[in-house]
Amino acid sequence: MSQRDGELFERASEFLAMFRRGAEFTRELVEENARLRRSKLELETRQSDAAQDPKEWERLREELVDRIQGLESERQDALERLGTLEQENRSFAERFLQIEEENNNLANLYVASFQLHSTLDLQEVLRIVVEIVINLVGAEVLCVYGIDERSGRLEPLAAEGRERTAFRDTALGSGVIGEAVAQGEIRYREAQSGAQSDEPLVCIPLQVGEKAIGAIALFGLLMQKERFTALDHELFTLLGGHAATALLAAQLHGQSERKLNTMQGLIQLLTQ
Amino acid sequence: MQRHRILIVEDSPTMRQLLVFALKRIPSVEIVEARDGMDGLRKVTSDHFDLAMVDINMPVMDGLKLIHLIRDEESLATMPIVVITTEGGEEDRARALALGADEYLTKPVQAGSVLAVVKGLLKI
Repeated sequence: MSQRDGELFERASEFLAMFRRGAEFTRELVEENARLRRSKLELETRQSDAAQDPKEWERLREELVDRIQGLESERQDALERLGTLEQENRSFAERFLQIEEENNNLANLYVASFQLHSTLDLQEVLRIVVEIVINLVGAEVLCVYGIDERSGRLEPLAAEGRERTAFRDTALGSGVIGEAVAQGEIRYREAQSGAQSDEPLVCIPLQVGEKAIGAIALFGLLMQKERFTALDHELFTLLGGHAATALLAAQLHGQSERKLNTMQGLIQLLTQ
Repeated sequence: MQRHRILIVEDSPTMRQLLVFALKRIPSVEIVEARDGMDGLRKVTSDHFDLAMVDINMPVMDGLKLIHLIRDEESLATMPIVVITTEGGEEDRARALALGADEYLTKPVQAGSVLAVVKGLLKI
């Protein structure tokens, strides 16, 4: 067999294979067509039977109505679940906001407490008290009073917004500040932003246990501070206890330092 | 995750601690503190920062002067600046914004509003 004959055979077998694949595909199409025709016929028969037989028609109708009712019920369930989920979502969002606010408030309280107990230097403690009341509460005019042990009167120790000398000594039990300290209760007056008065808006007695240490009096607020918030009240309570402890600790530390220095000086004198 | 460096220029340790507390809730944030305007200027010009929070009333150099000097520096011209101050007057706000501050918050500030402003400016 020549080479040309071989190529012809090869091409003929390729053509034959292609023809077989075509024939197979055509056969499949014919089968599919027959199947669809049968299906169409069945449906037409069923529809025609149903149309002719009222019972069959009724059965079909009931089936469809049941199916519709089932779907309607599923839809209702889905809507109810969606409603519940939306409600849960709203309540989670509200809770999240509450927790955020509590978190922020706790941060303020933590920072205030941390700063108050970060030093044993009296002037530093007073500076921190003033800083807390300005930055965290929003006061513009304030005075921190301490009880003078000899006179028993409340004396200004630190002030902001006015000179310290502009604030007067007060006897315990006298006036708003003296009464607040004597009774150990925080006194409030209606806050007005930017307004200043000789009477304090708030007076926070400083106490360690039953022992009165002094007071913090707020006389004016920053112009952007409209009213006291729940956090401010928490801060007032915290200051009443923690600022008092910090001030007392600093005072005692100062006294002990002075006594130590005196004793060291005395010992040095005796040993020389 | 991209790191964001924030400079807090504030003379009050209480406020600094509160701001650090609030900003640490953003995981990608790195915070550097400065105690006054001069300290802030030194830090902002010697290192890269993505945002600065500046108080107005500070010793050595006040916040307005600092903002002015920052905006004069070409490389810092677009760095966002947030002012946090006790000065609540409209004139103070207008002056700070005119000098180049991007946001103006008045004390007492809520941690939530600080976070929202910082996230908005840093686009995170």
